[in-house]
Amino acid sequence: MEGRDVSGRSPRPTVVVVGHGMVGQRFVEELAARGVTARARVVVLAEESRPAYDRVHLTSWFGGTSAEELSLVPDGFLEEHGVELRLEDPASAIDRAARTVTTRSGAVVGYTTLVLATGSAPFVPPLPGREADGCFVYRTLDDVEAIRDAAARARTGLVVGGGLLGLEAAGALRDLGLTTHVVEFSPRLMALQVDEGGGGALRRTVEKLGLVVHTGVGGQEITVDARGAVEGVVLSDGSRVETDLVVFSAGIRPRDELARAAGLAVGARGGVAVDEHCRTSDPDVLAIGECAAASDGVVYGLVAPGYAMAATAADLVAGRAGRPFHGADTSTKLKLLGVDVASFGDAHGRTEGALDVVYADSRAGVYKKLVVGADGTLLGGVLVGDAESYGLLRPLTGSVPPAPPEQLVLPAGLTPATALGPAALPDDAVVCSCHHVTKGAIVAAVADEGRASVAEVRACTGAGSGCGSCVRAVGQLVDAELAAGGIAVDNGLCGCFAQTRQELFEIVASLRLTSHRALLDAHGRPEARGGEGCEVCKPTVGSIIASLAPAIGADGHVLAGEQAALQDTNDHFLANLQKNGSYSIVPRIPGGEITPEKLIVIGEVARDFGLYTKITGGQRIDMFGARVDQLPAIWARLVEAGFESGHAYGKALRTVKSCVGSTWCRYGVQDSVRMAIDLELRYRGLRAPHKLKSAVSGCARECAEAMSKDFGIIATAGGWDLYVGGNGGASPRHAESLARDLSDAELVRLIDRFLMFYVRTADRLERTSVWLERIGGGLEHVRDVVVHDSLGICDELEAQMAAHVAAYRDEWARTLEDPEKLARFVSFVNAPGTPDPSVRFVPERDQHKPDLTVLAGPTLPVRTLEGSNPS
Amino acid sequence: MTTALAPLTRSHPAPSPLLEIGHAGAWVPVCAPGALVPGRGVAVLLPDGEQAAVFVDRHGDAHAVGNRDPFTGAYVISRGLLGSAGAERRPFVASPLLKQRFDLATGVCLDAPDDPALALPVHPVRLR
Repeated sequence: MEGRDVSGRSPRPTVVVVGHGMVGQRFVEELAARGVTARARVVVLAEESRPAYDRVHLTSWFGGTSAEELSLVPDGFLEEHGVELRLEDPASAIDRAARTVTTRSGAVVGYTTLVLATGSAPFVPPLPGREADGCFVYRTLDDVEAIRDAAARARTGLVVGGGLLGLEAAGALRDLGLTTHVVEFSPRLMALQVDEGGGGALRRTVEKLGLVVHTGVGGQEITVDARGAVEGVVLSDGSRVETDLVVFSAGIRPRDELARAAGLAVGARGGVAVDEHCRTSDPDVLAIGECAAASDGVVYGLVAPGYAMAATAADLVAGRAGRPFHGADTSTKLKLLGVDVASFGDAHGRTEGALDVVYADSRAGVYKKLVVGADGTLLGGVLVGDAESYGLLRPLTGSVPPAPPEQLVLPAGLTPATALGPAALPDDAVVCSCHHVTKGAIVAAVADEGRASVAEVRACTGAGSGCGSCVRAVGQLVDAELAAGGIAVDNGLCGCFAQTRQELFEIVASLRLTSHRALLDAHGRPEARGGEGCEVCKPTVGSIIASLAPAIGADGHVLAGEQAALQDTNDHFLANLQKNGSYSIVPRIPGGEITPEKLIVIGEVARDFGLYTKITGGQRIDMFGARVDQLPAIWARLVEAGFESGHAYGKALRTVKSCVGSTWCRYGVQDSVRMAIDLELRYRGLRAPHKLKSAVSGCARECAEAMSKDFGIIATAGGWDLYVGGNGGASPRHAESLARDLSDAELVRLIDRFLMFYVRTADRLERTSVWLERIGGGLEHVRDVVVHDSLGICDELEAQMAAHVAAYRDEWARTLEDPEKLARFVSFVNAPGTPDPSVRFVPERDQHKPDLTVLAGPTLPVRTLEGSNPS
Repeated sequence: MTTALAPLTRSHPAPSPLLEIGHAGAWVPVCAPGALVPGRGVAVLLPDGEQAAVFVDRHGDAHAVGNRDPFTGAYVISRGLLGSAGAERRPFVASPLLKQRFDLATGVCLDAPDDPALALPVHPVRLR
């Protein structure tokens, strides 16, 4: 088939898609949704070695999101729809007369319709030295891999370009530990999106994060050392920045070279010229996404307009009357370096007679501007540092808002009670701009079609499934509509309980209930009473009882009595279940401080039991691959050496990281190790709605990364600053300051109160970061409660924590003391001495990993009881 | 498959009852019913190398299904949590790995009831 034109004789029409980026993939999905893949052959020619992936979230790759997780092609999608994807075989020429495309490998593919989705290429300004070793662009997974590898050998990085992508790249370099410079030719950052005031607020926040910002200057020359590697950049003002690597992120250029060579018309500033149905000057050739110049002459560098063009083009191929693409709303909302930035409509006030309404708080890094017409029409705006209202303001653009504009820019706490809600939007306001879903469509989905949740509304309208910035507004609309229809919104914990976790906590605490069964039979939903409960309420109630154990007179051990039946398997076996059914073990290493003797014990235990070892992110050592029946023997060795459980398996305090602090470090101002150990030992074993992480840094350099923890402590010359609500992981969030310059005793008292208030009021599996954003009044409310005791409950919170601290016992040691509990640690109840044959390993990098081939088949190779007892 | 282990008392101490499950046409002894914690499970190694998961619920009824989690291939179903759902309070087990629910009477995965490849095998249970 390769090297020959097959389509001329083929009875099936053929759609050839050139490019498999986000828009190319979306186009193929739109074809499949319209049934085109069932009747036409679809061939996709891709340049990269990977199928389409999410370029918008490329930066998250540095944060641990894998290339597989970024993939946009659902498993089995291509096979199911018979789409032929040719990776690393891009189109090299188009022959419009013969209606064929030639690929780099020499294959010739005939087409009925050709769709160009070649995307764009990063613009690299023509600086001398731009090809040197150490120069990169920021566009593909290969690019970010190369940047990471180079960063491992570098100390300083410089990004050319202070726009959206440039700041993303700068954030990535900073997170890789480099001193990072940003060079932007315009007088401000993100010049395209924000105005001078917004750029200023953004700059201050970015500089606070440690980035060095140079605006109003360009790069002039890249200087290289004797080996041809980057050594510095000379700027247009004559100054020079020493740097080990340079990332160009100074804009994009549409990749229209194939189209040009084929004689297709191109736009004035590049891009394949298309009409409102995405047709090029040859009606059998379409172009979509960043390679196209839309009918308004604009090359759209955002994904939402690309997706809209994909839908328009798919309509055309399917022979439907589709929605023409005349141009797009370039409103954006994003989080850059932890800062919310949004701009919408006429953000720069270019409309004749436009007026500004501005709110600025330089201290908090907040800048909000609305552009309003003379008649009060909202024309656009810029939001930096607080873009909460974006989901409401953008849909109001073009109309006269129902509240005066000055009220719309005030922060939430200062807004009068008449504040604008999504209910105030007109029905034709577009709430989801990615999928063009109006408020009317969302309301109709709830009122007329009976959809009762954001997920259901998303499934039927598409609202919220694009960039996600409207999800909050959609949720408010759904709730308001449900309430208007007299439908109660069910906030119950699960199918067994109509109460929230917080309500159950209050019931357990006030009635001193010590069993799930008693709670379920007396307070469960009527249909669930007398039943088993479920996998949601059992661990939740188990956690509440454990948190309150000493105060309500329950046995604090998680395996005592009925408690044993409530715990998830991790808590049940006091270890972490891994994918092949084995467990991992993490002994507590308070503050990350450990003696050589104890390190040796860990090494010996791991060696003797054949465990894979890895250092965790929390300054501990994880030992993997233990069978259930090995756990007690492993703990016995560890307990004997003075270790105890690290609660890595529990929704409990995990670890309090520390830097080395004032005892060794020449910059340290307080003994951070001592404080970390004290805090870890104080709160160890505390059961909470979710895991809790902490860290203590000995100075403002913040080497312990306390700002990414549920509660983080940073030393000052005068004591300790306490930050709360930080998070790493999938939704990173910087912790916020709760109180400053605390003494040791003040610090501990405040953390006692904060943690107990969280344990008491958070939802199941709600980290402190989400809890702080959810509860009414946010951080200010929490500060009122735990610092100013506005609810008068601080004595109670402190007493509950004191009871926990006094009652703490190591769970491993207690289990080892109890033969009844130990009896559960067997692989098989009918063959207690037999190890589980499905837990097997294969070598990897001088250690081993789970042998997944054992798990692959429907049955294990036959291994009888008689023949399988090596132990 | 479910059987009532009535009553779970110690009024008949003499021949202590033994819980058995059926597999491949034979009965396999498991353990004394009193050894099971209501709401939790145990794993059983069958003579041909297969594994079963046996649970007892709060009413003393025992249930036996395959121990292999069809979603991951791991032999872990016995470590899942027991629950009940619906007006009939049908007992189910939730996989400890990815939390899919399986009906204990039929083995059907409640998250994918139409896919027989994702159902657990069910074993008969008796007291002897």
